[in-house]
Amino acid sequence: MTLSALQDIVHQTREARRKQVLPKLTPSERDTLIKKFHPDCREQAYRPLKFGPNKGQLTVRELAALLEGDSPVPYDLPLDPDHTVDVLVIGGGGAGCAAALHAHKAGAKVLLATKLRLADSNSVMAQGGMQIAVAPDDSPVQHFLDTLKGGHFKNDRQLLKVMVEEGPSIAQWLLELGVLFDRDTDGSLHVKKGGGSTKPRLVTCSDYTGLEIMRVLKDEVLNRQIQLLEFCAAVELLTNRDGVCTGAVLRDLDNKRFIVVAAKAVILATGGIGRLHIQGFPTSNHYGATGDGLALAYRAGAPLVHIDTFQYHPTGAVYPEQLVGALVTEGIRSEGGHLVNARGERFVNELDTRDVVSSSIIRECEEGRGIRTPTGRMGVWLDTPLLELEHGAGTLEKHFPAMVRQYERYGIDIRKDPVLIYPTLHYQNGGVQIDVNAETAVPNLFVAGEASGGLHGRNRLMGNSLLDLMVFGKRAGLTAAARAASNRQGVLTLQHLRRFREEAKRYGVTEQITSPVILPAYTRTQDS
Amino acid sequence: MSTSEFDTNKVLEQEENLQPKMVTVEIAGKPHRVPAGITLMKALWYTGHEVIRGAGCLGGFCGACGTYYRTKDDPRVKTCLACSFAVEDGMSFSFAPPFPARKAIYRMEELKDPKQDLFTLYPEAPLCRNCNACTEACPQAIDVREGVWRAVFGDFKAVSEMFMNCVMCGLCAPVCIADIAPNFVALYASRAQGVYFTEKPKGLAERIQAIADGRYDEEWNRILSMTDEELEQASASAA
Ligand SMILES: Cc1cc2nc3c(=O)[nH]c(=O)nc-3n(C[C@H](O)[C@H](O)[C@H](O)COP(=O)(O)OP(=O)(O)OC[C@H]3O[C@@H](n4cnc5c(N)ncnc54)[C@H](O)[C@@H]3O)c2cc1C
Ligand code: SF4
Ligand code: SF4
Ligand code: FES
Repeated sequence: MTLSALQDIVHQTREARRKQVLPKLTPSERDTLIKKFHPDCREQAYRPLKFGPNKGQLTVRELAALLEGDSPVPYDLPLDPDHTVDVLVIGGGGAGCAAALHAHKAGAKVLLATKLRLADSNSVMAQGGMQIAVAPDDSPVQHFLDTLKGGHFKNDRQLLKVMVEEGPSIAQWLLELGVLFDRDTDGSLHVKKGGGSTKPRLVTCSDYTGLEIMRVLKDEVLNRQIQLLEFCAAVELLTNRDGVCTGAVLRDLDNKRFIVVAAKAVILATGGIGRLHIQGFPTSNHYGATGDGLALAYRAGAPLVHIDTFQYHPTGAVYPEQLVGALVTEGIRSEGGHLVNARGERFVNELDTRDVVSSSIIRECEEGRGIRTPTGRMGVWLDTPLLELEHGAGTLEKHFPAMVRQYERYGIDIRKDPVLIYPTLHYQNGGVQIDVNAETAVPNLFVAGEASGGLHGRNRLMGNSLLDLMVFGKRAGLTAAARAASNRQGVLTLQHLRRFREEAKRYGVTEQITSPVILPAYTRTQDS
Repeated sequence: MSTSEFDTNKVLEQEENLQPKMVTVEIAGKPHRVPAGITLMKALWYTGHEVIRGAGCLGGFCGACGTYYRTKDDPRVKTCLACSFAVEDGMSFSFAPPFPARKAIYRMEELKDPKQDLFTLYPEAPLCRNCNACTEACPQAIDVREGVWRAVFGDFKAVSEMFMNCVMCGLCAPVCIADIAPNFVALYASRAQGVYFTEKPKGLAERIQAIADGRYDEEWNRILSMTDEELEQASASAA
């Protein structure tokens, strides 16, 4: 059958599917499904870490290699600082911008270093929205419960309570900066319902929530004239003799030189890990999502949490080839879009949690009910035309203009035809362990955003990440600024690196990659 | 679950050719053979180019990959985002270099008269000569020229709506014969619309106050003292 003949099955079964109600799975059904089909449960993809703060714990092989990898920095690198600041922020996504703005406002001298341009990040791509309990019939407590349930009750409750309680004031802060959230006719913030949530709680800016927030935050960082180093990647941290963080070594990607920064506090906001393509999955993440911050913090001695669990977003594009891995917003399912197999059947409650929905899509494909694309990939249908039927013609153009355009470029009209999707590597659930002020086990080293862990438990709920960034970016910024005001600049050494290298040798780890990897190696060489 | 009744082969049989066709494209003046249908960005990697500047989100949102291209036999040079545009045979393309457009520096919260302040911050904005080059250069199909005029006439609301999908690629700036950077003008107008001309959302301040006043404390105490099983029940019954 051709793709278009397969598409016809979706069209033919639409009417019948509309009447169907699929129950959410019971906890035990969920567990069985996930154990059998979720990528997190493939044992051969995992191995224990050989040394370091998380020694003995299991993680995916790609991350294990990164964490056990060796630094590009030689031990005898001269450590005369090129810059001396109060607060060094590493990473220019949402968490980094929020941290820099708050630290700056608190009076600190801030330097923001980022690998690509400011705002080239995962944050800029967030489409679905940001969870904040603002609706009259909603509450922070309900937000807490939903998140806990989504995270399989493994969330750090203290972090989570802080996040949900500070949500509304974050909305206020963004509004004061000029972020234009969608409104209801009476002027209240419009909220949408996201997968795994009991209440509509997603505040949005059309389907450009991340773009709108990042445009504004970037503009504000520039307006505040915060010192900026673009195309400079952090490759190593610096510590004093007691292991307290005192700065970082960056690498200028234009001329490959090292830059030494002395700082009284360092905030890592380097984001996620998708571009390591764990288990060979395509990814929705930006070019620089290579988990650099995890490697840096690990070498400096900070333990990580939940490093064995990743989020595979249920709806990554698998066709056309140009879009492989790109995200198809969850909003389509929130608004009633069906997931449909090759036989024209629904197979999961589309609003179940991401891990459940992803696992069920993988099940359909592995059991032969998937659709094969011309390049040999497997996927299932997401019935987009259904939304036009349910909510009236023009719905997609009005609420999902980014997605309409995304497909239009390749001659696909999502208003008329369903699209093919398969789970894509989307989010790193865990990360560096932090306390409520975003500080790690290494004093004066803070981590905010996707690089941090604990809050989301074993599965992040849609829309919670944008809030996480803003809340803990702010807390990191404020605490770091306060720390800087009361502390002196510590000495710059690479002692932690010497310790790390000795440990590697002691545990017989000799074949190491150079870590962080900075950018994925996509450039084809002569023999590839 | 049984799948025996289901003829997978029939469903999966595809007429499409699995072998990629190759096409010829010219990258910065040099011809290369690449698989048909891949993005311009992938064509760069495929042909051995190392990309540092020019790639960001890889998803069509950050505007890092603004690119000039021309298709076979068409003299017109157009623009696109290299990460989300497909190659075709005979196409010629190069990354757009970063353009040093001026962004005004302002304190958003200290503006006196935002619609007038536009002319102090961007005095070139009202000098638009209607050439429409900016609109033609926009890979997001925004009516940029119209947006500049709307900003000048103080219709900031329209500007904010028109530019919601602006990826700040900056491709509209180098073509402007009046030295306007339309994207910066629009961003200013859009933020001002949010800060000065949009009502405060109903209920938000009250919710912040309620949290500060500890109105949820009782519920928190109850919830935080629960075991996992009790919590599971609490969250299930709320659903
Ligand atoms: C396509 C997509 C859609 C999403 N949609 C939503 C949504 O709707 N709602 C939601 O809540 N969440 C969403 N998420 C998740 C959320 O956007 C991310 O988790 C979040 O933006 C991460 O923010 P961050 O600031 O921690 O990292 P990022 O925004 O990724 O920023 C990290 C920054 O650090 C830089 N960097 C990396 N390494 C280094 C280094 N060594 N040195 C210097 N700089 C470095 C990067 O280049 C980047 O600029 C989405 C994610 C993706 C990918
Ligand atoms: S308005 Fe200008 S900056 Fe914005 S997308 Fe269009 S060309 Fe790019
Ligand atoms: S390019 Fe400049 S002068 Fe021409 S229409 Fe656009 S803003 Fe006006
Ligand atoms: S890389 Fe971000 S728009 Fe192309």
